[in-house]
Order: sequence, then structure tokens, then C-alpha cells
Amino acid sequence: VGDKADVWQGTLALMVLKTIETLGPLHGYGIARRIERTSGDLLSLNYGTLYPALLKLEQEGAIASEWGVSENNRKAKFYRLTRAGRKQLEKATVNWEQTTAILARFLAPSEDPA
Amino acid sequence: MKLLRALALRLTGMLPGKRRARERELAAEIDSHLQMHIDDNLRAGMTPEQARREAILQLGGVEATKEAYRDRSSIPFLEHLLQDFRFAIRQLRKNLGFTCTAVLVMALGMCASVAIFAFVDAALIKPLPYRNPSRLAGVFESVAMFPQSNLSYPDYLDWKKLNTTFSSLDAYQHRGFLVSTPTGAQPVRGARVSDGFFRTLGIVPVLGRDFYPGEDLPNAPRTVLLSYAAWQQRYGGRPDVLGQAVTLDGAPNIVIGVLPREFHFAPAEPADFWTALHAQGECDLRRSCHDLYGVGRLKDGVSLQAASANMTSIARQLEKQYPDSNSGQGAALMLLTEVIVGDIRPLLLLLLSGAGLLLLIAAVNVAALLLVRSESRKREIAVRTALGASAGRLVSQFVTEAFVLVAAGGVLGLVSARWVMQLLVGLISEDMLARTPFLQGLGLNFRVLAFAGAISLLAAALFSLAPGLRIRRFETREGLAEGSRGSAGTVWRRLGSKLVVLELATAMVLLVGAGLLVKSLYRLMHVGIGVQADHLVTMDVMAPPATYGKEAQAIALGKQIIDRIRSLPGVKSVGFAANGVPLQGNGNTTWVRVLGRPWHGEHNEMPERDISAGYFATLGARLVRGRDFSDAEDASKPHVAIINQAFARHYFPGEDALARQLSFLSTPPVPIQIVGIVEDIREGPLDAAIPPVIYFPFNQSTDTYLGLVVRTAQDERSLLPALAATIRQIDPGIVPIGAAPMTDRVSDSPSAAVHRFSARLVGGFAVLALLLGVVGLYGVVAYSVSQRTREIGVRIALGAQRGSVYRLIVQEAGWLAGIGIAIGLACSIAAATLIRGLLFAVQPWDVPTLAAVAAVLGIAALVASFLPARRAASIDPVEALRAE
Repeated sequence: VGDKADVWQGTLALMVLKTIETLGPLHGYGIARRIERTSGDLLSLNYGTLYPALLKLEQEGAIASEWGVSENNRKAKFYRLTRAGRKQLEKATVNWEQTTAILARFLAPSEDPA
Repeated sequence: MKLLRALALRLTGMLPGKRRARERELAAEIDSHLQMHIDDNLRAGMTPEQARREAILQLGGVEATKEAYRDRSSIPFLEHLLQDFRFAIRQLRKNLGFTCTAVLVMALGMCASVAIFAFVDAALIKPLPYRNPSRLAGVFESVAMFPQSNLSYPDYLDWKKLNTTFSSLDAYQHRGFLVSTPTGAQPVRGARVSDGFFRTLGIVPVLGRDFYPGEDLPNAPRTVLLSYAAWQQRYGGRPDVLGQAVTLDGAPNIVIGVLPREFHFAPAEPADFWTALHAQGECDLRRSCHDLYGVGRLKDGVSLQAASANMTSIARQLEKQYPDSNSGQGAALMLLTEVIVGDIRPLLLLLLSGAGLLLLIAAVNVAALLLVRSESRKREIAVRTALGASAGRLVSQFVTEAFVLVAAGGVLGLVSARWVMQLLVGLISEDMLARTPFLQGLGLNFRVLAFAGAISLLAAALFSLAPGLRIRRFETREGLAEGSRGSAGTVWRRLGSKLVVLELATAMVLLVGAGLLVKSLYRLMHVGIGVQADHLVTMDVMAPPATYGKEAQAIALGKQIIDRIRSLPGVKSVGFAANGVPLQGNGNTTWVRVLGRPWHGEHNEMPERDISAGYFATLGARLVRGRDFSDAEDASKPHVAIINQAFARHYFPGEDALARQLSFLSTPPVPIQIVGIVEDIREGPLDAAIPPVIYFPFNQSTDTYLGLVVRTAQDERSLLPALAATIRQIDPGIVPIGAAPMTDRVSDSPSAAVHRFSARLVGGFAVLALLLGVVGLYGVVAYSVSQRTREIGVRIALGAQRGSVYRLIVQEAGWLAGIGIAIGLACSIAAATLIRGLLFAVQPWDVPTLAAVAAVLGIAALVASFLPARRAASIDPVEALRAE
């Protein structure tokens, strides 16, 4: 599989939420494709792992689902963000930014060598 | 919140309806996912097969996705548990015989131990219904004859005043009253207590008020508190009972309050009327008349030892101050809990141990059954392992089965324990029950349930361990193969036979315990009481002191009673003793000294009985020397006494007692001539040694409470109503109490009751244990025969005689039984030594009992092995060899 990174659990949920926020109600296949594409094909995503993650988010009340018709006239289950999900996304985004900022400082070359 | 919501959804996700709907929806969703992906792939120019393959590959497999989804949609652990549970139920239902046996045996063990534990809980664990009961102490005087004896009122006052270790010290006296009712006098039980008694215990009346300080003084108005039961029964629970007058012993008392329903005070129970002390009369004011008990609350931080030292030093001070009355009077303290339940503790612990052993046998029995079963399920387990079941999953299956078994047995055991508890209470005499009021708290409370839960968990652990342990060692290949070889499992042989040995040894311990207790009971029931108990009727008579308190009145009453009863048809002779008949242990003690011997003020204390002429003759007690009293011997004649043989042995060894004179400790001494020596009569408990006893003529020492003895030629019971009626005829104010044949008194006496209770219960446990042990042995031998069918077939085919096959099987059982009996023998002697205090006139190593029990077990083992041995001997070699 080469240099592609595996997706880890916590970040997958964040990516799913963000994807739905950006594109509006979307089916599982669409979410998977979008995540893959956005990552610039750097991520190897087993599409199957997406469904338990979607179920977990739905159980937590972050997203809701209903059946609809896809752009290609296929029956598909569409997921949309709930109000709780929007809040969760905001919080997770802030968290993630902080974490990456802190890590970035650690990993950045030292400015005043001792 | 978020997590809770998810958890709730996952829990409901386990419901079968939800699950089916979810499966359908998931299938549809994955289907649509694949369709969209295939569409895209086709558009990208792949062939249809390629498009489909790629889509599935990228999904990561349809089934794997579904599996991951399922794990998330419910709770896998619970889901597996549910599966295991369903499978366990199926397995157990398939093997109904095994299941019923295991559940019943388990229920039996649970039932016995839970029921007994409920008794232990009510008596020993549940705290007494007082404020901070661990700070309460029983306070006694102490003399050589009674390590815990009564206090005299003046001593009590001094102890109360001088002590520095009690925040309060109070006194009580258990006694009977005659209550006047429109239909005549009625005997009731009650107590006299000092004013602060209930405050010391921390009891507040539910209705009305407690005694005021000073309300127990002689000149205070007479007031009385009612027990809750008396309030309900006599006054219908009406609140207007306060202020009503009730006449006790001829004096009106005003009801001032009602005690709480849960209040009880065993040393004075059963008590319905609680009056204040009102010290007056000859006894209360005399320092040498001891009729009270003390109860005190220890000051904070003061230990019982410190209080004990404090009281002892006060007692010593009083000894110096009042040598005439107090010489030899020490002090004894013990925790009130000890006073109340100290006597019953060894009995309850014995029963709990017995029930525990029975539970052990039951559990071992079930474990052995499970082991046999796991042996025959080897193949199933091997197949499951081969199909990919993990060791954890297999173990969890066994654990689930164990829990299902234990739960069924536990529930059944608990339900039957409730019933058995009632049954056991029924075995206790009403009299005993009244004196052990703490047993009223008996029931399945949370402590008992926790105990049941704890032993269930232990049992479940044992049961899952038995078969679960083996899984590790399972080699799948071997498991699959061994089924066809048909040799007895080695694990079974090693472990199963050990379990049976354990069972037999435990059964032996219980049987020996039961044997010793039964023998004790037998010895106790046949102990010489110095009385011919058959055709002897007894009855207590309580006359109002106001009418019969004077000597002449009492003598006249005694004469009238004897004359009237003697004229009843069938009556051969009549006699009476003050304060009750033999075995009751009622009555006073006295101090005497031997005239003509040096005396330094020591108190030779002994029970004193004041008896009518003809009392000994009626009892059938033999005078070994001298003569009986005569009716003419009253206060105008010289003092005379009859002593028992114990007295003669103790004070006049090798001397002629009839030549000696005794005296009370008065100055100047008043001589008492010894006119006779009577054979020892058991005035007190059956199981206590007979002390020296001195008998005085009733006419020289009268009383108003009489114990009547009547010898009849007829059936004892037919005389009882006539006796009571005759007494009532003399004066309706006189009350006959507890008419009963002497034989009943013997068998109902507290020591007999305790011995009978323990013998019956442990005997019951032992019979069940024997049954379980023998069934266990039978199971082992039968199983081993069934496993060795082929081997035995080969032996017979090669020319082995039937007899040698018999020998083979019986020998195996014999070995197990022999080892079990040998181990059991050693454990029995150790266990019996522990319960020595509950045995009477039997040694823990009583050889006949041990031999008899060993023989019973040996024969039972032989019988148990005979059936399988016969089956083994009748094996048809052709069949046996062809069958596998």
C-alpha cells in the first residue's frame, strides 16, 4: 500500500463531520470518496470502516440519516449534520487546531539554541 | 449524555426485532454503496467484473464490514453473553436429568446454609435494638457458686454512686405479676426497673413517656410502661390507654407509656408490664438479699476492662465495709450483647458449620457432575475449537452455564430457605422463643441475601473452574480422536475421585457430629434426676402476697391445697416446694456454717428449697438416711434441715452428717439440726453438676409461690384440668400456672431443648450428606464402569471370571471410601473436639460412634458400588467390543 497513511479512529469522525458540513447531506460512498480525494489520495481508506463510524456518530446524535435518491438515480442513505453534530464539529476543530499547533511548535527547529 | 444515549441505543440494538430491521437496512446500504462504486468504476472504463471486484476490495469485504457494523450497533460482550446464555439453556434443557439433579442438589445446600445463616444473622450479626449497643454492659455481682449473680439493692445504689466508669447504671428484675381482671387474677410476666433503665438503653416510648427520675423511689406514685404487644393485645392499640389504671399484685398502677414495637430485652423477656423499682419490703432493703441485675452504659473511651477493675475495687471496698453481707461478693461485667446471645452463639456456630459442610458436599457433588459432563463433551469442545472458537469464548460458555445452574439453584434454595426458617422456628418451644426475642427479626434481609449471593458466586466460580480448567489442556486433535478410543478420561480419574473422597470425608464429619449430639441427647434424657418422672404431675401456684404473705396464712394455704388435691380421684400423694419444682432451677440460695467448726465469716452458699412434708415421697426421691419433715415442724419448733448427698460429700466427707448441726450466719448462731440425707435431685438444669442443696420445712420458711408435685395412679394428663380447677376453687385470686407432667418438664427443659434442636438439625444435615456422598460415589464408579466397558469386555473375552470383575469395581469404590473414611475420621475427631462444649457425657473420640459411622459409610459405599459392579460383570464381551 506504499506510503499511504492509515486513518485513525478519532480523526475519521472529524473528517466525516467536516465533509458533511461542507457538502451538505451525503451518502456513505460519497463521504468516502470525498475524504480520499481531499486527502490528495494520501490516505488509504477501507470504505467499510466508514459505516461503523457513521453508526457511532448517529448513535451519539451528531448526525441523522434518511433514505433518498443519489445524483445517479440510485437509492442511498443520506447523512446530515444535526445541531449537536455542528457543535461537536466546532469543538473538535478547535481541539485539533490546538493540538496540531502545539505539536508544530515541538517539531519546529529550535529558535534559540542553548 | 452523548455516551449514555449511544449506550442506550446499543442496548436496544440487541432486541431481536431491531436487529433484523438493522441487518436489512445495512444490507441495503452496502448494496447501494457497491452499486454507486461500480457505476463509477464502469465510467472509469473497467470491465463489469473488474468494477465489482475493485468495489468490494476497497470496501474491505462485505461480511467484514457487516461484522464491524454489528459490533458497533450492539454491545459485543453482552451479545456473546446472550448467545452463551441461550446456548447454556439449550444444553441444560437437552440434558434434563443432569440439570435437575444439579439444581436440586445446589438448592439443598443453599437452602440449609441460608436458613441457618438467617438465624445467625438475627442473633449474632443484627445489632441489638438499643442506642450504641456495643457500649452497654451487663453488671453482676460474682460469688463462687454463680460467676454472674444478682445485685442487692443497697449494693446497686453504692455501685451506682461510687463508680467512675459508667455514664449511667441501672437495675432490672424479671418477675411475674398477678394482674386483676374481671374474671379473676391472671399471671403476667413483667419486670421492675430503675428509673433510668430505658434511658440507659436509649429507648424512647412510642406513646406516652418514660419514667421520671425518682419515679422508682418507694413513695413515688406507681406507674407502669406496657410492651407494644401488651398494648396491642390487651388494649387493642388504643391511645387512650395512657392514664388508665391496671392492678398488679393488688396495687393500682397508672399506665404512662408504651414501648416501641422493635424493643426487646432478652434477659427479662417475655415481659409485658414494666414497673418502676419502688424498693421496699424485706428483700429489697437487706444488703444480703440479691434480686437485681445491672445494666450500664460505659463512658466514652472507657473499656470494659477498666470498668471491670473499677467495679471490682468498689466491691472490695464494700466487702470491708459490710463484711457480714458482702464477704466474697465480687463484681463481674460483660458486654450486654454477650449476656443476651453469649449462650446461643456456640449452638448457632455449630449449626452454621454443619450447614456449611452440607453446602460443601452439595457443591462438590455438582462440580463432579459437571466434570463428568465436560468429559462427555470433549468432542463438542474439540469441534468448536477446530471451527475457531477461542479459549476465552469456550471458558465464557462454561462460566455462563455455571451461572445459570447456580442462579436456578440459588433461587430455589432461597425460596425454600424462607419456608425452612418457619419450620425451624416451629421446632423451638414457645417458651424458648419468648426468651430469645431477637429471633423475631428472622427473615431474608439484605445481609442474608448478600450471604446467599456470596456463596452463589463462590459456587459459580467452582463450577466454571471444574470444566473450564481443562480447556487449556485440550488438544483439539486428541479431543477429536479420543472420542473414538473410549478410555476413561485421565483428568476425570485424577480429579473426580479426589472430589468423592472429599465428599465422603465431609459426610463422615457430619455423621460423627450428629452421632455424638444424638448420643448426648440420649444421655441427657436418661440422666438420673433423682425423681421418678412417670405418673408425676407438676404445677406452679402463685398466691397474692397481700393475702397470703404472713406465715400462718401461707401454712394454712399449703395445708388446704394438700388436703384438697389429695382427695382428687387417682391422686396418691401431694407435696410442694417454694418457688417451683425440680429442673426449674428457681429458688433462693442461703449461707450456712457448720457449728463446732472454726468459722471466719466466709459465705458457704448453696441453693435452699423450702418443702412440704411428703415432697420427697411424692417425687419418689429416696432418703438415704434419717427422716422426712413433719407438718408439725413450724417456727415454734427447733430448726431442722435435710441435706442432699452432694452436701454430705462436700461438707462431711467420712463423717456422720446427722450428728452435726448447721447455723445461718446470725449472731448468736441458731442451731439447725440435720435430720436426713436425700439422694441428689436435679433442681437445676439437666446438664449441670448437682451442687450441695439444703432443704428446710416449708412451715419454717414460707412463701407465696409454690411448685406443686402430685403423684397419680392414672394418666398424668387427665389430672391437669382438675388440678387447676381445684386451686381456683380455693381462691379465685390464686393462679395455677403451667400444669404439666414431669416427663414433659424433662423433655422441654431448656438444656434438653437445645440438645434436641442441635441433634435434630445436625442429624438432618448428616442424613442429607450421607445421601449426597453415596450418590457421588455411585456416580464416580458408574461413570468409570461406563468408560471402561471396552476394557472390561476385553478382560472377559480373555477369560476373566465375573467374580474378578466384581472385585475390580468394588475395589475401586472400596479404595475411595476407605481413604474418605480415614480422612473423615481424623477430621471428625478434630471437629468434635471443637464442639465439646455442646456434648453431654460423651467424649469427642467416642469409639462406638466413630465405629458405627465408619461402618454405615462403608456399607453405604459397598451398596453404591454394587450396582455398577453388577453391570460391569454382566457386560457381554462381543457387544462391548463391537460397540466402538
